[in-house]
Amino acid sequence: MSTRTIVVVSAGLSQPSSTRLLADQLAAATARGLPAGTQIITIELRELAHDIVDNLLTGFPSPALSQAIGQMLRADGVIAVTPLYNGSYSGLFKSFFDALDPETLAGKPVLIAATGGTARHSLALEHAIRPLFTYLRAVTVPTAVLAATEDWGSASSSGGALTARVERAGSELAALIDHSRPAVPADPYASVPSFEQLLHSR
Amino acid sequence: MQFGIFTVGDVTTDPTTGRTPTEHERIKAMVAIARKAEEVGLDVFATGEHHNPPFVPSSPTTMLGYIAAQTQDLILSTATTLITTNDPVKIAEDFAVLQHLADGRVDLMLGRGNTGPVYPWFGQDIRKGIELAIENYHLLHRLWREEVVDAHGEFRTPLQGFTSVPRPLDGVPPFVWHGSIRSPEIAEQAAFYGDGFFANHIFWPTEHFVRLVGYYRQRFAHYGHGTPEQAIVGLGGQVFMRKNSQDAVREFRPYFDNAPVYGHGPSLEDFTSQTPLTVGSPQEVIDKTLTFRDHFGDYQRQLFLMDHAGLPLKVVLEQLDLLGEVVPVLRRELDALRPAGVPDGPTHQARVAASLTEAAAELETSSR
Repeated sequence: MSTRTIVVVSAGLSQPSSTRLLADQLAAATARGLPAGTQIITIELRELAHDIVDNLLTGFPSPALSQAIGQMLRADGVIAVTPLYNGSYSGLFKSFFDALDPETLAGKPVLIAATGGTARHSLALEHAIRPLFTYLRAVTVPTAVLAATEDWGSASSSGGALTARVERAGSELAALIDHSRPAVPADPYASVPSFEQLLHSR
Repeated sequence: MQFGIFTVGDVTTDPTTGRTPTEHERIKAMVAIARKAEEVGLDVFATGEHHNPPFVPSSPTTMLGYIAAQTQDLILSTATTLITTNDPVKIAEDFAVLQHLADGRVDLMLGRGNTGPVYPWFGQDIRKGIELAIENYHLLHRLWREEVVDAHGEFRTPLQGFTSVPRPLDGVPPFVWHGSIRSPEIAEQAAFYGDGFFANHIFWPTEHFVRLVGYYRQRFAHYGHGTPEQAIVGLGGQVFMRKNSQDAVREFRPYFDNAPVYGHGPSLEDFTSQTPLTVGSPQEVIDKTLTFRDHFGDYQRQLFLMDHAGLPLKVVLEQLDLLGEVVPVLRRELDALRPAGVPDGPTHQARVAASLTEAAAELETSSR
């Protein structure tokens, strides 16, 4: 089987960011479940923040954003990680997915994860973030991962719960990718109806 | 090769003075701009069609008829005529009258319109945009070519024994362009009829349009209208010039930064590097415009957007003077590069001559 590609989207804003740290752990856990040589591409949305807003205003992506969109199209699986703001994804995270064509993630395995202040935010993944990917017709893995501030202490302080959850989510994504066909972006020109079809199809 | 200007007809506040022209001033300015286009040696003036504020050109043939009376050589066109929300019968009639009044100096560009609320004002639905464009144009095409038309479709009252009057001048309908920024279906439609395809690529990167125009050329050949290179392509452009490049950038920047379409977004520098917009000296405009041919092949019509973002009339007229100096250079360069067999921009005279040749050939074939 050809080499698989996982695209990691991290919407963390600080440097270093706990969102990126969680994203890296999830990517590593996923890669452990896939053949050696699996490619991991990380998209830091902070670096694309201006491009994303420009795209909202002009309707077309800059070369850098265009490259990221292409990577999403060709991804065999996606790990999407956002900080939680006001009980939901960050605006930047949502705006990036708004910049994608609606079909981009259709049928694609996606692992969703978030960082927040406390574990009380855990269900934001289920009531806000999973519905976004359901709308985009992505196939989200059952385990969504929230990392709260307390989870970043020693393994014993949270009983190693985060590590176990990361491993479980990563292996679920790896299994989904392993069982799916390689991503082949659709060619919009391949399916243009002929004029006769356009005229008589109604 | 034909060169001209196209206007959206927006009423926009000049961001440097805070002054907003009245609708009356804007309409009269559009006429002054069209007259200036002829004076500086341009070939085409095209107006948009809009039915909502802040735009004024809701009745393009009225305006073009008025301009026709004040010009001699200028081709009067549209960018675009809404094939979705206008009754194709009325388009056939309005443009036929205009064609007679202007002695053939008329063509039109069809577009769908992307403003959802406009559709229901005219009894239509934007979700049916492509279907409306296909059915309505099919009827328009017939109305100009068949003396008596019986037609029934999904979107319009049926016609029984209907004759659209007046008949096209010299029996040759106005040339039609189809404009689209993202729909291969419209490229397919233009190719099917052997009509022109206009890619208004001024707000988007070139690569996107290269694919669209390439598709049109390939389908044009598929439908037997000639080689891909012989397809009739028009392109948009957007320029602001001063003798010194720095002066152009300094003067245009506040207009760019506040422009309705891209204002408050990317920097002027990013936007000029990513789109066909050129802000600089006449030589820079020449250099950038010549690159269009490298991307799209030899083409027939180049239209520039000159009067937008609140630029005052005086500045627009100065811009047209500069464009009048740039265009002869572009015309010379591009005409010299165009191989024999690739047609020039469409004119009524050339189309009448072609139809006579065609008729003579048919007569010869049938008498044999």
